[in-house]
Amino acid sequence: MADITITERQAGDVTILDLSGKVTIGEGSVALRTTIRRLLGEGKNKILLNLGGVGYIDSSGIGELVSSFTAVNKEKGTLKLLKLTQKIQDLLAITKLLTVFDVFDDESEALSSFE
Amino acid sequence: MAETKEFRLSSRIESVDEAALEAEEFAKLSGFDADFISAIDLAVRESVANAVKHGNKFDLTKQVEITFATSAKGFEIVVRDFGPGFAPDEIPDPTNPANLLKATGRGILFMRSFMDEVEWFNHDRGGMVVKMLKKR
Repeated sequence: MADITITERQAGDVTILDLSGKVTIGEGSVALRTTIRRLLGEGKNKILLNLGGVGYIDSSGIGELVSSFTAVNKEKGTLKLLKLTQKIQDLLAITKLLTVFDVFDDESEALSSFE
Repeated sequence: MAETKEFRLSSRIESVDEAALEAEEFAKLSGFDADFISAIDLAVRESVANAVKHGNKFDLTKQVEITFATSAKGFEIVVRDFGPGFAPDEIPDPTNPANLLKATGRGILFMRSFMDEVEWFNHDRGGMVVKMLKKR
């Protein structure tokens, strides 16, 4: 079974990626990287990552979130995070990355912030 | 009662999951709670990933030696690779604003954050060892 499932939705010009499973070294991190690169290739550079279904993330997964963020910024786009689990929130706090990412609990609020 | 489990895994990414599953099972049998096991799980994953990736550099002729030990003190994890070693203190601080957007370098921070004691040393017969303790 795949470590991670990524489901894509469109809300106006914002692409929402619903992630579930594990974003860890190997398959999980690679799947996220591949999806983000593909979206950027399609000119979709407003991306909302819904992490509500992510049961586990490691330093490699956190690194992939950072890489995604910088890749999207490079394309003059915006990447924001939605629905952090307590564990992910703790890890982002330890790494001081909560100061880097825009984080939302509510999807409609997150979507409005892209306007 | 003190218990010990020792095993070796190959230098593949899949070994990270295998080691974490072994740790979870061992910790559950020893009666540790979910929060404790979650910390152990992260430390095992990060240390074994480092051993496979940075220590043994995915060399399948090299293995990763892992020991879990429970005692009155807590849960001890020892992970040995067969690489050239490194100086942990020379790893850039990932929380430094200049390093925040770097993709790598957070594993050691996680190990130090979730375990009570973490030390690295060179093994007498080669390779690098990380020894960690999570107190009860």
